[in-house]
Amino acid sequence: MEHPHRASSDPLKGATPAVRQSRPGGVSWAVLVLVASLLLALTQGRIDIPLSDLGQLVWSLLQGAPAPNEQVQTILLQVRGPRALAALAVGAALAVAGAAFQGLFRNPLVSPDILGASAGAALGAVLGIFFSFGVFGIQMAAFAGGLLAVALVYGVGSTVRHGDPVLVLLLAGIVIGSLLGAGIGMVKVLADPYNQLPAMTFWLLGSLAGAHANDLPSLIAPVALGTVVLLLLRWRMDVMSLPEDEARSLGARTTCLRLLIVAAATLVTAASVAAAGIVGWVGLVVPHLARFLVGPSFVRLLPTSAVLGGGLLLLIDTLARTLAPVEIPLGILTALIGSPFFIVLLRRASRGWT
Amino acid sequence: MTALLHADGLSVGYPGRVVGSDLSLDLRGGEVLALLGPNGCGKTTLLKTVLGLLPALAGSVRLLDRALSAWPLAERARMVAYVPQGQASTFGFTALEMVLMGRTAHLGLIARPGAKDRAIAQQALDRVGIAHLAARSVHEVSGGERQLVLIARALAQQPRAVLLDEPTASLDFGNQGLVMRAIRTLAGEGLAVLFTTHDPNQALRCADRALLMRGGRVLGEGAVGQVIEADGLRALYHAGVLQVDDAAGGPPVFLPEFTDQATKR
Repeated sequence: MEHPHRASSDPLKGATPAVRQSRPGGVSWAVLVLVASLLLALTQGRIDIPLSDLGQLVWSLLQGAPAPNEQVQTILLQVRGPRALAALAVGAALAVAGAAFQGLFRNPLVSPDILGASAGAALGAVLGIFFSFGVFGIQMAAFAGGLLAVALVYGVGSTVRHGDPVLVLLLAGIVIGSLLGAGIGMVKVLADPYNQLPAMTFWLLGSLAGAHANDLPSLIAPVALGTVVLLLLRWRMDVMSLPEDEARSLGARTTCLRLLIVAAATLVTAASVAAAGIVGWVGLVVPHLARFLVGPSFVRLLPTSAVLGGGLLLLIDTLARTLAPVEIPLGILTALIGSPFFIVLLRRASRGWT
Repeated sequence: MTALLHADGLSVGYPGRVVGSDLSLDLRGGEVLALLGPNGCGKTTLLKTVLGLLPALAGSVRLLDRALSAWPLAERARMVAYVPQGQASTFGFTALEMVLMGRTAHLGLIARPGAKDRAIAQQALDRVGIAHLAARSVHEVSGGERQLVLIARALAQQPRAVLLDEPTASLDFGNQGLVMRAIRTLAGEGLAVLFTTHDPNQALRCADRALLMRGGRVLGEGAVGQVIEADGLRALYHAGVLQVDDAAGGPPVFLPEFTDQATKR
């Protein structure tokens, strides 16, 4: 009697409920957003292309026949198609990286630039503009800047041998991020205020207006590589979102996993910042939306974030180029749409949030 | 019977700060060892060293016939499981998802848990009596239930020893009973169990042996009936202790003294 054991005739044992494995509705919402955004992006613009023309073009391309309307073909294949692909890749990359970092740092307020990827990329880009690089050169400088900044943060973090390694990394990211911010300010002060400064300002606000078919491989290859690595590790990322001691006692090699996740997430962030400039909001908010749809487990969260992030950024980019006669910088629009949206969601979703 | 986990002449602590020294303990299958001592006496540091989360400053920890530090991480996790204090996790995983994480050491780097792992996790939930919570978020359940989820996760590791850090801290009265019952279930199944606690009555009723620690040293070690007695507890906590005997012959109950009259005894 002193040590009561649960009897084998326990009433609870027969009552094991059917376990909810997934919320399939959530993923279909994300896919719906993606498809609707894609149709809007391809049909809307300075020249409206009806859905029937789009259908005809796709049909004739599949048949290998000549296009019925050359103007439609040029607009879709040379202009809107590449830009839509770039928006999908950038949105997916930022959302996936944001979700990965939120899990790794066990903090839902973290965004993909927490380790200085955006600040490093921005410094690279303004330096590229300052030294009058070409478009491709500026992109490469931004990409290298993002990777170098995070490598520096990681290196500094690794030299601190005591304390929670996750917290140390976070603090190193904040400190070096602000240092890089000072560097950006310095370059802007030194820049030619009539030629270079407007270009820098516009770059820092983010835009996909410069997306060309030729630039796509340098964006899509690193994004695909990093995203595949993160998708492969996605179940381990559940374990990595536990406190360090817990994850290690479960048998996870935390030091090695953390390096892999940071490297993959940094690769996709740096590539997307290099292509589109600083686009806020997506990496912070989309993982929350995805978590709201499919729950916190990365097994479903990561693919849903990718689909939803791509779809939403494509939608916002379409608005950016169609709302006003002059194109609105992407970073401004994401903040304008994202902030109120986020607040509404915060107020309504008291449960199932994290 | 030889010990599953054996620590000898152990110094524990952090670089430049020794928290405890000359510590020894044995942990055997089917046996529950309670670790008692005042706040800051080094219980948690000892626990983390025995788990291999902190390196030993001196002395040795052996798991079966090998030094603990010589065990690869995953193999060690298949032998020894850790149940931390049940603080809320950042993300509201379901109880089943949480327990499935116990399968980490059994799965490859890019593998995801399959049907077999799911069955093991379900069974682990069942063994601690919370199968009905499988689909509930760990943010929605009570503190005691969350502790049981963590114990189920330790079971899903299929270890031979389970080490629990103050498993009943900040739990209400009823939940403390649930957790103690789960601990007895583990030992009944042949697992070696070590837990730290602030309640000598829990140790007396739930554990087989007790280790008393003060100021980083062992004050006493042995069968609970022998080491948990009024004078020993006074020396351990430097406090007055009131003993209430059970007329029916069961183990006595110890209470901290707080009236003037009694502290003079």
